[in-house]
Amino acid sequence: MTHPNDRVYSEAHEWVVVEGDIATVGISHFAQDQLGEVVYVDLPSAGDALVAGETFGEIESVKSVSELYAPVSGEIVEVNDALGDSPETVNASPHGDGWMVKIRLGDATQVDGLMSAEDYDEFVAQG
Amino acid sequence: MRYIPITCAQREHMLATVGVTGIGELFADVPAQAVLQGLLDLPEPLSEVDLVRHVRGLANQNVPATELVSFAGAGMYDHHIPSVVDHILRRPEFFTAYTPYQPEVSQGTLQGIYEYQSMVCELTGMDVANASMYDGATAFVEAALMACRITRRSRVVVSGTVHPEWIETLETYAASGLLEVVGDECTGGLSDASSLASLVDDRTAAVLVASPNFVGNIEDLAAIGAVARAAGALFVVASNPIMLGVLEPPSTFGADIVVGEGQPLGSPMSLGGPGLGLFACRESHVRQMPGRLVGRTVDIDGNHAFVLTLSTREQHIRREKATSNICSNHALNALAAGAYLCAVGAEGLVGIARSCVAKAHYLRDALLSTGRFSAPWGTPFGYEFALAYEGDASEMHDEMLARGYLAGVVVEAPEGGDLVVFAVTEKRTRGEIDAFVKEVASL
Repeated sequence: MTHPNDRVYSEAHEWVVVEGDIATVGISHFAQDQLGEVVYVDLPSAGDALVAGETFGEIESVKSVSELYAPVSGEIVEVNDALGDSPETVNASPHGDGWMVKIRLGDATQVDGLMSAEDYDEFVAQG
Repeated sequence: MRYIPITCAQREHMLATVGVTGIGELFADVPAQAVLQGLLDLPEPLSEVDLVRHVRGLANQNVPATELVSFAGAGMYDHHIPSVVDHILRRPEFFTAYTPYQPEVSQGTLQGIYEYQSMVCELTGMDVANASMYDGATAFVEAALMACRITRRSRVVVSGTVHPEWIETLETYAASGLLEVVGDECTGGLSDASSLASLVDDRTAAVLVASPNFVGNIEDLAAIGAVARAAGALFVVASNPIMLGVLEPPSTFGADIVVGEGQPLGSPMSLGGPGLGLFACRESHVRQMPGRLVGRTVDIDGNHAFVLTLSTREQHIRREKATSNICSNHALNALAAGAYLCAVGAEGLVGIARSCVAKAHYLRDALLSTGRFSAPWGTPFGYEFALAYEGDASEMHDEMLARGYLAGVVVEAPEGGDLVVFAVTEKRTRGEIDAFVKEVASL
């Protein structure tokens, strides 16, 4: 399995790890692999509000640009500014140092609607 | 593409398909007084010979600057254009090409743009330059919009010494709600850093200034740049590319974005246009830069190749997310600028700028010595300067035009009254300047 089971996944290929009321969000290994070499990540600012399902940024690879979709709603408490200088971290460590934003959850039950790693693997396999 | 008219039957079919009985119904929403009633009131047809004579007669009512001795500036300048520039421009592969959308087949055009970008970077001291914009005014506005994107703020502070038409263009964009413009009322011919400082706050995206400014004076960019930095705003500097031959590049003073009107670099004065928008910035901001970019790389065999790069910021790739609605550029004027700079060379540009500055100072001293002009201020200037005329400046201008001179540009002074802005390029000879001074003194 390429997707760790300590977190949940969205159909838009974002992952979420919840600690307390803070959710960390990034994109999945599958997503970064599909994108190819990531050259730029455009992220919002701390303090911005995210709404589940809406875009909160963009990720640009040498091949294309994709929108980032918020898997859950809440207020951004921290942004991974290091990605500005080294966007390739998203490729090298999509589930670790390549995280993108930390959100204070507005509604913790939203997380329940996301997929387990097992379900996500199946989702990806179905294409 | 050939023009293929439709048949009557096809027209009836199309009208029936959309459910109307006649063309007129499609224009039913247009107010009646705006619709042409009847035929145009045109004169009788002319033979070809008569038509050519008629149109030529109309055209001859224009007096091109090339037939006058021009001291006009204020945005468009009568610089010499080396003949090689026109030879390069008129090569059909350049002259007929639009901005490249099939980059791989347009290597020559791409290389021309790449060289132009590189030279704009050299001139301005910035890291990256785009493939050009419509003119100085649009480049100026795009710089303000770019600063708003970068800082996520929406207010810009603009010095009152910037070209009034550029400020007008900026305010046109502001009227659409894209940004808010705070202007500084400048008197004394120079921006006042402390006055600008009183206008900036934590909502300010950029401080915009021109140097040399609209009346030719050279601004204290270090002081104004400090005002921008203190507010966390970007520093946008508009400059004259010829003057960059002798002035320190705006990057020295911490400029984040440098723009300019590129017409002095190889484009003629042609009824006020077309212009060429120079636009350069720091590499860290390249993704927020408007316009297109050409980069250089190597192909699979290791040969140099030129490519459009970062096109994902552009309108033809992602319309709704584009950094600008100006996805095109003035490629032919940019090519002219590149050819011009190649032709004159780095030392040549310095020589041209020095010649312009020296001649402008000579003219100013000579005009002041007539006693008919007075200097509103004694600030450092390049090859353009403003003087007050003792009589009616517009009358003087008209009379001198009748004598074959473009006696500067008459502008309204912020303090009230008229000023005449004179520009003296390297084309003006000492004989022309002396003759002009003599004529104007005799009025």
